[in-house]
Amino acid sequence: MIPVLLIVIPLVSGLLGFLIKEEKSVKVWSLFTSILTMVVAILGIAFLHKPEYLQTDVAWLPSLGSRFSLTMDGMSKLMCLLTGIAYPGIFIATWNATYRNANKFYALMLLMQTGLMGVFVASDALLFYFFWELALIPAYFLCSIWGGERRIAVTFKFFIYTFVGSLLMLVGIIWIYFHTADRSFAMSAFYNVNLPGNVQGWLFWLFFLAFAIKIPLWPFHTWQPDTYEQSPTAVTMVLSGIMVKMGVFGILRWLAPVLPVGLWGWGDPAASMCVIGMIYASFVAMQQDDLKRLIAYSSIAHMGLMGLAIFVTSSIGIQGVMVQMFNHGINIIGLWIVVELIERQFGTRKMSELGGLAQKAPSLAIMLVVVALANVALPLTNAFIGEFMMFNGVFGSKASNYHYIFMVAGGISIILSAIYTLNMIQKVLYGNTSTLTANARDIRVNEKFVLVVLLIGIVVMGVYPKPMIEATKHAVDAIYSKMFIKLP
Amino acid sequence: MNAIVISAVLGVVMMFSGVLTNSKTAVRTVAIIGLLGLIVANVLDMGGYHFFNVNVKGMLSFDVFGLLFNTIAFASTWIYFLLSGRDMERVGINLAEYFALIFFVLCGIAIVSSFNSLLMLFLGIEIISIPLYILTGSDKRNLKSNEAALKYFLMGSFSTGIMLMGITLLYGVKGSFDMDVIRAGTTSLTPMITAGLLLLLFAMSFKVSAAPFHFWTPDAYDGSPTVFTSFMATIVKVAGFIAFIRLFEGCFGDVKGQWQLLAAIITAATLFIGNITAVFQQSVKRMLSYSSIAQAGFMLFALVAMNDMAKEGMIFYAAAYSLATIGIFAILLKMKDYTFEGFNGLAKRQPVLAATNTIFLLSLAGIPATAGFWAKFYMLSAAINDGKVLWLVIVGVLCAAISVYYYFRVIQAMYFKDGEPQDIETSKGFRGLLIGIAAVVVLLGIFPHWLLDQLSNFLYL
Repeated sequence: MIPVLLIVIPLVSGLLGFLIKEEKSVKVWSLFTSILTMVVAILGIAFLHKPEYLQTDVAWLPSLGSRFSLTMDGMSKLMCLLTGIAYPGIFIATWNATYRNANKFYALMLLMQTGLMGVFVASDALLFYFFWELALIPAYFLCSIWGGERRIAVTFKFFIYTFVGSLLMLVGIIWIYFHTADRSFAMSAFYNVNLPGNVQGWLFWLFFLAFAIKIPLWPFHTWQPDTYEQSPTAVTMVLSGIMVKMGVFGILRWLAPVLPVGLWGWGDPAASMCVIGMIYASFVAMQQDDLKRLIAYSSIAHMGLMGLAIFVTSSIGIQGVMVQMFNHGINIIGLWIVVELIERQFGTRKMSELGGLAQKAPSLAIMLVVVALANVALPLTNAFIGEFMMFNGVFGSKASNYHYIFMVAGGISIILSAIYTLNMIQKVLYGNTSTLTANARDIRVNEKFVLVVLLIGIVVMGVYPKPMIEATKHAVDAIYSKMFIKLP
Repeated sequence: MNAIVISAVLGVVMMFSGVLTNSKTAVRTVAIIGLLGLIVANVLDMGGYHFFNVNVKGMLSFDVFGLLFNTIAFASTWIYFLLSGRDMERVGINLAEYFALIFFVLCGIAIVSSFNSLLMLFLGIEIISIPLYILTGSDKRNLKSNEAALKYFLMGSFSTGIMLMGITLLYGVKGSFDMDVIRAGTTSLTPMITAGLLLLLFAMSFKVSAAPFHFWTPDAYDGSPTVFTSFMATIVKVAGFIAFIRLFEGCFGDVKGQWQLLAAIITAATLFIGNITAVFQQSVKRMLSYSSIAQAGFMLFALVAMNDMAKEGMIFYAAAYSLATIGIFAILLKMKDYTFEGFNGLAKRQPVLAATNTIFLLSLAGIPATAGFWAKFYMLSAAINDGKVLWLVIVGVLCAAISVYYYFRVIQAMYFKDGEPQDIETSKGFRGLLIGIAAVVVLLGIFPHWLLDQLSNFLYL
């Protein structure tokens, strides 16, 4: 029931949104329906624990053995919660932004939410693929119509990149389908399929490419900074806060438990790619002057760590990834909100043209500092617990022979991330005011509201992460047991 | 049998309708109603109502697979008449004859979907081809149209000759044109059979424009009046595939292992050449010609895999591909400028045309929630299920990704670029019909089993 609602509410409201012509009403409408979705998501996660509320299973393609089956386990719940909370937050934070053809913009945003929710709750491989692609189409139109100057070429690159990955994954899905016991796309059938090690090896790459492009891992990351930079900020928030998590989520749900031997065999090369990406992205981030690009590269580094924690196969690492998927989503959306506020007020995102904001706009400054420090995983912030668990997992990994090297390299990238983040804070908030920032004013009430809620969330989750860990504990155990049970 | 007789009779009726009346509307109406009758007769044939009990001495066999394909081909033609019937008037004065020729083509299609003897195959292919040569050259005063017709005719008759040689060699070995006789006892390829098989493979590749026998396609499609290109590139092309698969399954199904690799190489070459060349086109019409080659590559998967899934998928592919391409051509016909730039800013002036065109293009690209996705899904599944041609599957998906490039160029032009306002007149009925087809494409994309379960029911009864 709950997962169906999570898909249907945004779908229907998105389709209706196309019909609402007036800008103000469509804004109110999408905010209202996204809050509705959020309420449903919270209900499903916090209060309704009976399995019949959290599962749906109807016949879809009987001749193919594919069912419209949705399930919410701990990991799904967390991601649905993130998607549910993020949307109203994004809508409120960008309330003052104006778009040409606003109704289409908001309608496509809501349709994208449908795809995202679908990916997180689908427990049928074909259905998963369906939603995986459906989330991409609205993103393509959103970025291409409302993006910056180079939007068309950049978004096209993004689309083709991800499409190649998805198609390779589709080949993998079909291959496994033919080797399931009773020719079924169901998740349970996929989990119980027994494939020889070498087959798992090359199937691993088919799936891995799809997810690696989405996350994105080095060297498949080249679409990401451009797309983040060119997209309208609201879309960037969804892309970086939620959509890239689809890749990590996909690995945890459809790669690790299905092809454990493949992952075990190729874990080290994959982990190496993550580590190289982390360090490389951190160095590139240090060179950036544009705030959006800086955050984009910092996101590559942080997502790389999540990949690393999965590929070294450790229980606590996976636990950390789940927690971090949620927290990173919150933090990076917070960062984008601040960047959006800065850009809208001063018309620039260049750090060299900003400065001295701490005096002129103290609230904005506090927000930026807290969110940025959360992004570098300072203790007491939410990201700390996730990154700590992931590093713990990498350190104690039994599956990888090189985990100490990964550990050290990952640690270096965290240090680098502190350097570029603090450097950013310094350049934007302190120093002399420039001509642009001389008359800066502080942020509006609605923006303050979203940011304060975010800050409270960041601190509360940083101090008391227990509910999140408990909610996902079961999912972690399920995945980890699948990953380890079949190891030769 | 219903379809063959009735379509031939309708062809004659259409010819005479041009003599009896001058009203173009009347001629068109007769054609549309007649075709509807043809569809009904064919469906009744599936249900066991045979109007004509002609003893064909086993030269034709009407299985549900072929009849089902007929239904899809006729239904697509019907939609094509409704969408583009008006545009045929602009080609020349002989409207009734165009309809007559199309009905003769349909008669040929009904034969190639049910032949059981190589003679019938030859007859069917010729009945399809000769009216098409005329339709290609129907824009008499246009040099390009003439050139296209001549090229098509020369290439077509050449390949027919090759096909006849192949048939002759097989006859020489087996002493019969009957496919069952040819299949029986063919467990290994003797030199004569190999030669016959290769000649037939090349000739059929010509007909379905598979690489490296595709060179006539872009010129013939580009040169002929756009309204007929639409028909040639969709219904006629898939009919060629039905014949191809029927022929190779019927004659050489038992020795598949020995020619599969060759078929796979032809498929890969077709996919590669079709997709890569389409990327560089500047005219949407020419792009669609190459896209039809690229799509042919995907349909060839059915030949390579040749299992139940492939046959089911072939029918689905025929429906999905024809619907989408007919829709795109109908929109293209309304445009004055066939270049990609001609589509600039279409979304602002004609939102319905742009939106439906987008759905058709997404379907051709194989994006989920459109019929085209399932078409590709079935072809890929069939090949993966076969197990021996996994490299071809990877080539296929990479080419599918390339195809996104040129299909999306049209979408980009329509939605993201501003252009000179063009006066495009479309009637309410036309737009309504486009929306209807787009809705079918999407519904088939979400609930493909509406069509597929029908297929399985028929195929495995």
